[in-house]
Amino acid sequence: MSDFNPTILAFCCNWCSYAGADLAGVSRLQMPPNVHVIRVMCSASVKPEYVFKALSQGIDGVLVLGCHIGDCHYLTGNHRTAKRFPLAQKILRNIGIDERRLRLDWVSAAEGEKFQQVITEFVAEIKKLGPNPLREVRL
Amino acid sequence: MLMPRIGVFICHCGHNIASVVDVEKVVEFARGLPNVAFASHNLYSCSEEGLGAIRKSIEDNKLDRVVVAACTPRTHEPLFRRNCERAGVNKYLFEFVNIREHCSWIHAKEPEAATRKAMNLVAMGVAKAGLLEPQSEGESNVIPAALVIGGGIAGLAAASSLVSQGIETHLVEKQAALGGMLNEIPVVGPEMIESKDLIENYKRALECSPKAHVHLSSRVSSLSGFIGNFEATIQGGRCDEKVKVGAIIVATGGREFVPNGEYGYGSLPGVMTQLELERRLARGEIPKKVVMIQCVGSRQPGRELCSRVCCNASIKNAIRILDADPNAEASILHRDIMSYGTAAERAYKDASEKGAKFYRYGLEKIPSVKRKNGGLSVEFYDETLDELVALDADTVVLSTPILPVEDVKEIAKMLKVPVDKYGFFLEAHVKLRPVEFATEGIFICGSARWPSSVSECIAQGLAAAAKASIPIREGKVVIEPITAYSDPEKCIACGNCVLACPYEAIEIVLMDGKRKARVNEAKCKGCGNCVAACHNDAMEQKGFDTRQLAAMIDALIKNALEVSQ
Repeated sequence: MSDFNPTILAFCCNWCSYAGADLAGVSRLQMPPNVHVIRVMCSASVKPEYVFKALSQGIDGVLVLGCHIGDCHYLTGNHRTAKRFPLAQKILRNIGIDERRLRLDWVSAAEGEKFQQVITEFVAEIKKLGPNPLREVRL
Repeated sequence: MLMPRIGVFICHCGHNIASVVDVEKVVEFARGLPNVAFASHNLYSCSEEGLGAIRKSIEDNKLDRVVVAACTPRTHEPLFRRNCERAGVNKYLFEFVNIREHCSWIHAKEPEAATRKAMNLVAMGVAKAGLLEPQSEGESNVIPAALVIGGGIAGLAAASSLVSQGIETHLVEKQAALGGMLNEIPVVGPEMIESKDLIENYKRALECSPKAHVHLSSRVSSLSGFIGNFEATIQGGRCDEKVKVGAIIVATGGREFVPNGEYGYGSLPGVMTQLELERRLARGEIPKKVVMIQCVGSRQPGRELCSRVCCNASIKNAIRILDADPNAEASILHRDIMSYGTAAERAYKDASEKGAKFYRYGLEKIPSVKRKNGGLSVEFYDETLDELVALDADTVVLSTPILPVEDVKEIAKMLKVPVDKYGFFLEAHVKLRPVEFATEGIFICGSARWPSSVSECIAQGLAAAAKASIPIREGKVVIEPITAYSDPEKCIACGNCVLACPYEAIEIVLMDGKRKARVNEAKCKGCGNCVAACHNDAMEQKGFDTRQLAAMIDALIKNALEVSQ
């Protein structure tokens, strides 16, 4: 599976994780080119439906990144994220999609290195899991 | 319905993007995307030349939506939006694609993969752009008054500045007197200014003005509202007072960390904190042999921060002791001396010349304080000498950090602003938006932000006052159209959105006799929490609506999965 190049989607909140991704860029931290960021205002505005849609149509992995607990720009938005996505993982497991294809993590605006680490780890993990089987079903 | 005519502009950003991403290839790709009427590239899109070229393309090609693939929206979006507006395109029909921070800079050694990713990102941006809708910015009035919480030197500086600008200002101080921590520090270094004079200087500005309302022995017990229109309850001696203000400055300051018995504090006589030494010096009690230990309770695992002011406080007090009694001995055990800037570094040199001794210790072998012959002895491992040293002392001074005030968490909760792991308030951006909270209309200054010297507190107080006065003087604030709205057709008034909203911006109201959710746009901050909480897809957020995000996902699936097959 060495030539498998996963396609990954990441939802980043405007205030922390998107800014952390920007910082990684400014710091020229290198990472695999598989992750495509969608900017949202808060991680808690990400509907689980987006994750299900992406994974059911063949995207290999989805990241949801927010502010650290306690640092949410919208006070408690990420508390909802923290509850919502483990539940989404459970649903994935129940319908036979490997729940490791969805990862929730916290990256602050000051954590360019953490962003690099999360991206690098997640891409490696997805490479290990191999292509999303639903990709074949769809096409 | 007319098909959108999207213009796509790929930026070289000099070499920043173009040295990795094949810009021309991305332009070619963009031309083939749905609804793209025009695609081109610019050397620097943000230059006047680049902006002019975009405007000309909009006119020549009758474009009605614009996508720029360049750097980050966090810095450049306002510029490109304004540019669209100049060319007659609603500024919210603009979409930004980040192919620098999120692509060329982080995939510098993989030009082909970076080019492919840039194409995917552009396709996603174009997909969203096609579904954007023109928006108009709302406006709301600003109450021409300000609230300053905390009457220490930072709050005093802020309040006196606001008052001098003719702005009605409420200054709330929990103690019975203004001045805060500075009341306990008689002299401020390195210039050796009398604190009394400093406090008086700012107090006088308040006393002379009918615009100033000083609330002593008071606290802000509740707060509601948003920029331009806050309502605070000030709890004072006899009765509560409600005030309405347009902006708020937080200057709640800090407190000295009191050691938990370290170095014999509390058990050995003569062991005290730097602030306790200040009180003794104020009473004219000059120690004969003083040893000061720096970084007690800071710069160590669990509390990594440097309090910044304590090195200079120790140097100042060593000078005061040695000036008062040239035969006295003053030793400072430090881990690094942080005498930043010119004046403080001069004071450091001064102190050495007056006879103060500086020794460096490490965290692995911290000093110990013992009783000896009715006095004290401090034993430590000197890193420079590489040996154990023992110093006799009658006074051991522990330099402890400034920590946030005890009730900081409640204050943060009331203001709905974030604090860091130590409890210091987090400003919006250290460089782009200093002294501002991300929450508009609330500002921060002084040691509540991080440990600050007196001159820094004053400068920050004045800066916060200057920023707070902007909306007050403008009289109006713009509401960014990223607010949520509810579709009454779909809403079943379950109230999930009401619970999800951190700002109490959503109410269930009667519409044509039916209960429906309604968003108060002036209170909505555009977090979108209600959108994901809505079970009936009734809630949407402007600029981030469900169709737009779904289209982005579709574009990624189409371009990354289907094309690569």
